Amino acid sequence: FFILLNHIVHNGGLYKRPFNEAFEETPMLVAVLTYVGYGVLTLFGYLRDFMRQWKIEKCQNATEREEQKDFVPLYQDFENFYNRNLYMRIRDSWNRPICSVPGAKVDMMERVSHDYNWTFTYTGRVIKDIINMGSYNYLGFAQKAGTCQEAAAKVLSQYGAGVCSTRQEMGNLDKHEELEKLVARFLGVESAMAYGMGFATNSMNIPALVGKGCLILSDELNHASLVLGARLSGATIRIFKHNNMQSLEKLLKDAIVHGQPRTRRPWKKILILVEGIYSMEGSIVRLPEVIALKKKYKSYLYLDEAHSIGALGPTGRGVVEYFGLSPEDVDVMMGTFTKSFGAAGGYIGGKKELIDYLRTYSHSAVYATSLSPPVVEQIITSMKCIMGEDGTNVGKARVQQLAENTRYFRRRLKEMGFIIYGNEDSPVVPLMLYMPAKIGAFGREMLKRNIGVVVVGFPATPIIESRARFCLSAAHTKEMLDTVSVSSCVPSSCAFYKQIQQLSVFCGLVQCLVYKLLNLMFKALCSRAGDDTISFLASTMQNGCLQ
Amino acid sequence: WESFLPSRVLVQPVQLICLYAPAYHLILEGILILWIIRLLFSKTYKLQERSDLTPKEKEELIEEWQPEPLVPPVPKDHPALNYNIVSGPPTHIITVNGKECINFASFNFLGLLDNEKVKSAAQASLKKYGVGTCGPRGFYGTFDVHLELEERLAKFMRTEEAIIYSYGFATIASAIPAYSKRGDIVFVDEAACFAIQKGLQASRSNIKLFKHNDMADLERLLKEQETEDQKNPRKARVTRRFIVVEGLYMNTGDVCPLPELIKLKYKYKVRIFLEESLSFGVLGEHGRGITEHFGINIDDIDLISANMENSLASIGGFCCGRSFIIDHQRLSGQGYCFSASLPPLLAAAAIEALNIMEDNPDIFQTLRAKCERIHELLQGISGLKVVGESFSPALHLQLEESCGSRENDVKSLKRVVDYCMNSGIALTQARYLEKEEKCLPPPSIRVVVTVEQTEQELDKAASLLKEAAQSVLN
Repeated sequence: FFILLNHIVHNGGLYKRPFNEAFEETPMLVAVLTYVGYGVLTLFGYLRDFMRQWKIEKCQNATEREEQKDFVPLYQDFENFYNRNLYMRIRDSWNRPICSVPGAKVDMMERVSHDYNWTFTYTGRVIKDIINMGSYNYLGFAQKAGTCQEAAAKVLSQYGAGVCSTRQEMGNLDKHEELEKLVARFLGVESAMAYGMGFATNSMNIPALVGKGCLILSDELNHASLVLGARLSGATIRIFKHNNMQSLEKLLKDAIVHGQPRTRRPWKKILILVEGIYSMEGSIVRLPEVIALKKKYKSYLYLDEAHSIGALGPTGRGVVEYFGLSPEDVDVMMGTFTKSFGAAGGYIGGKKELIDYLRTYSHSAVYATSLSPPVVEQIITSMKCIMGEDGTNVGKARVQQLAENTRYFRRRLKEMGFIIYGNEDSPVVPLMLYMPAKIGAFGREMLKRNIGVVVVGFPATPIIESRARFCLSAAHTKEMLDTVSVSSCVPSSCAFYKQIQQLSVFCGLVQCLVYKLLNLMFKALCSRAGDDTISFLASTMQNGCLQ
Repeated sequence: WESFLPSRVLVQPVQLICLYAPAYHLILEGILILWIIRLLFSKTYKLQERSDLTPKEKEELIEEWQPEPLVPPVPKDHPALNYNIVSGPPTHIITVNGKECINFASFNFLGLLDNEKVKSAAQASLKKYGVGTCGPRGFYGTFDVHLELEERLAKFMRTEEAIIYSYGFATIASAIPAYSKRGDIVFVDEAACFAIQKGLQASRSNIKLFKHNDMADLERLLKEQETEDQKNPRKARVTRRFIVVEGLYMNTGDVCPLPELIKLKYKYKVRIFLEESLSFGVLGEHGRGITEHFGINIDDIDLISANMENSLASIGGFCCGRSFIIDHQRLSGQGYCFSASLPPLLAAAAIEALNIMEDNPDIFQTLRAKCERIHELLQGISGLKVVGESFSPALHLQLEESCGSRENDVKSLKRVVDYCMNSGIALTQARYLEKEEKCLPPPSIRVVVTVEQTEQELDKAASLLKEAAQSVLN
C-alpha cells in the first residue's frame, strides 16, 4: 500500500545537489477511517444543531441584537456549521496565549474551559518552559537580550514607536533608507524596498505589477496573500499543480500559443508566482527548472521567500543560494522579516527600474504607514549578524545549526516510522495525523508533556490530510529535539485509542440524553397514574442513565 | 410451454401495439430510435477545440511572442519618486532633507509620538518579549499584551469586544470582505479612502457609490434597491446590505451625518460599518470618536474600525463592536489569520497611549481649539481654499482655480510646499494613486494640526502660506 514518491532529480545538470522530496500517499485504511470519522462528526453536528434549534440544548452562540432581528441575517447557518460543531471541540489547540519571548522555550498562560471550549477562563497560572515547536523562529533571533534588543532599545528611545505618516509623505526616515540599502546588499540585487506588513507586501504590490490583460500562473498551494494580490490585480489567474513543472510548462505553452481567451490577443505579460518553502507541505520550489522555463517562455518570476530567507542556503541568503543560482534570474524577490529576523514587515528586491516603479506606484508607499523604527533596527542588526558584518561568527553558526537540526530531526522522525512530508532540507516538518480526533488529542497530549506544537486541519489542508507542523529553530538543542521526537510517539498512537474512547463516551452521553427524553415523555403521558408508578418509572430511567 | 415461445412473447405484444397505437405515435418513436442510433455512431467532439497547429507552428508562435517589460520606466523627475528624507524622529520639530522645520505633516494629533511614558512602556515590553512575535495569532502569536489591548480598547469604546490587526491599512481592507460576499450590496461614500476601496474590491460585492455626504442621494439608491427587492423577494431575503462611511474623511476633512444614517439604517434595514481612523482620539468629549460627538448609542453601529497610527502614535489597527460581529473576524479576517501579530512593544505603546488619553481628557479640547484657530487663520489666502471642517485636525488646501491640468496643479502646489519648507514649516502634498482611485480628489496640500503646536507656530504657518501663495500663484 505504501507508495513512496522519492524524487532524486539531476535534470540535465540543472540541480547541483540532490533534491529529495517525499509525499507519501495516504494508506487506504487510514483514509477510509478518516472519512468515517468526519462522517460521524457531521452526523453529530446535525444532531446538536437540531437539539439547539428545539431548545433542548442551550445555545452558546452570540446572537443578533433584538432591534435588528428583522435585518437580513449576517451569517448563513451552513457557513458556521463547521465552526460550531467541529472547530469548537478542539478550539483549545489554537490561539494559545503566551507571556514570554517566543524563543526555543516559552511560557504559556494556562486556560481552562468549563463549557466545552465555548468560553475560556484564565486560571492565573503560567506553564513555564514549554518547548516551542510552533513559532517561526528559524535562526533564533526572537531574544529578549543581546545586541539586537539593545540596538532596538536605543532606536526606540531616540525615534519613538510609531511613524504617523506614509512613505511618500513624511514617513520616509533615514532608517528606512539604511535598511533598504542593506537588504539589497544581503540579497545581491540592485535595489530593495521595505514594507510594514508581509501579507500587505504581496496584496499591495502584485496589483501594481500586473493588471488586466496579463496572465498570472500561480502554484496550487500558494499563500492567501499571494492569492489575494493576484485577485486584486484583475489579471487572469491559472493554477498549476503543486511544484509540478510539466503542468507549468503546459500552461505556459498554451497561454502563448492561444493568447487571451476568446479574443486571442497576445498576453501583455506572464507572471509566475511561487514560494521558496511552502509552509504547509514543507516542500521547496524546484527553482532551477522554474527559471529554465521562465527563460524559455519569456515570462517573469515572482518568488515569495517568506519562510526560506535566512533558513536555506549556506549563508542564509535563501532558496536562490541553496540551489546555487544567481539572484538576477529572479525578477521579483519578495520576502518577510517576521520569520528569520525576529521582526515584522516585508521587502521586495530586484532591478533598480522595478524598485523605482514600486516606490511610485505601490499602494503601500502611498497609503500605508511605514515600518516602525525599533523594528527596522532589529532587522538591520539581525541581518548584519547573519552576514557576519558585526564581526562575529554568530550568524554563520546559527545557519549551520539550523541545517543540522533539520537533518537530525527529520531523520529521527522517519526512523520512528512517522509519515513526514516535504523536502529533506526544509526546516518546516509536517507530521501527518489524518484523523480528526488526533488533531485535538495530539495538541493536548503534547502540551501535557510541556511541548507546544501547531496542528492544522481542514480548511487549511485537504480534508483527510490533517497534520502537526514542527518549525525548527537554530535555538533548539539536540536534547529538546530528542524530547520532542520521543514524546510524539506516545500521543500519536494513544490518540487512536483515545478516539475510540471519546466516541464511546459520547455514545454514553447520547444514551443518557435519550433516557432523559423518554423520562419527560413518560411523565407527561402517565400524568393520570398514581405518584408511586411515576416515581418507580423515573427511578428506573435514572438507573439506566447512570449506567 | 408453448406460451413461452419467443414468437408468442415478442410478436404478439408488437402486433397489439401496431393495432392499437395511433400512426403518428409510431412514426415519432421510429424517428427517435433512428436519431439515437445516429448519435451513438457519430464522431465525438472535444469541448475545447484545440486548434490544429503543428508543433513547428507552435514553436514559431512561442519564438515570436514578445512580452511588455515588467515595469514601464519612471521619469527621473516624477514627483513621487524623490522622497523627503527625515533624519531623526518625526516629532514636533522635524529635520527634513537636512533642514529643521515645525512638523505640520505627520498625523501625530495628540503628540504621543515622543511621549516619555509611552516610550518607557514600549521599552519594558521590549525587554520582556523582544521585538517580533514570530507567528500569527492562531499559532503561538497571541501575547497577553494583545489580549490586554483588546480588552482596553473594548472598554474605552464601550463595546463588547475588539480585535487587533498588525497593520492599519489591512484593518478595514480585511474587515469588509469578512462579512460582505459576492451578491451582497454595499453603499459607500464617493470620498471613501483607498483602504475601503480595496476592501470592497476584495469582497466582490455590488458597490453603489453615493455622492459625498449626500443623504438624499443615498436614500434614492436605497429606494431603488427596495423596488428591486420587491421584484425578487426570495433573493432579497439573503442579500446582505451595508453602508460604509468614514467618521472624519481623510480626503475631504468633513464628518459624515451619522444621525441621519442611523435613521436610514432602521428604515431600510441596512448595517453600518464606520471607519474612524481620523476621528478616533479626536472627536467627542473623551476622544471616543464620532458616536460620542453626535451622542449616539454605540450599539447602533455594527462595526467600528480604526487604525492606531494617528492619535495613538503606534502601528496597527482595531475593529470593535458586539461579540456577535467581531468574533467572526477571528476566523475569516484575512489580515488577522494569515499574518503575524502586532509586535508586543507597539501594543504596549498603544496601551500606554490609551492610558494617557483616559487620564487627560482635556487634550481633546485643546486640539479642537487649535484646529479652529488654524481654520480661521487660513481663510482668505488668495489662490488657496481650505477644505475641511473647523474641528478637523487634517485639512486640505486646494487651488481655488486650476492651472489647466492636474500635472500643472501639482507643480504649483509643490512650489508652495517648497517655499514653506525652506522657511521652516514642514508640509506635504496629499498623495494619491491617480489611476487606481475611483473618485480622484483634486491635488491639495495637507495641513495637520497637533496639540504640540503653539499659537505662535500656528500663526507663523498661516502667514508663511499666505506669502507662498502670493509669490508662487500670482
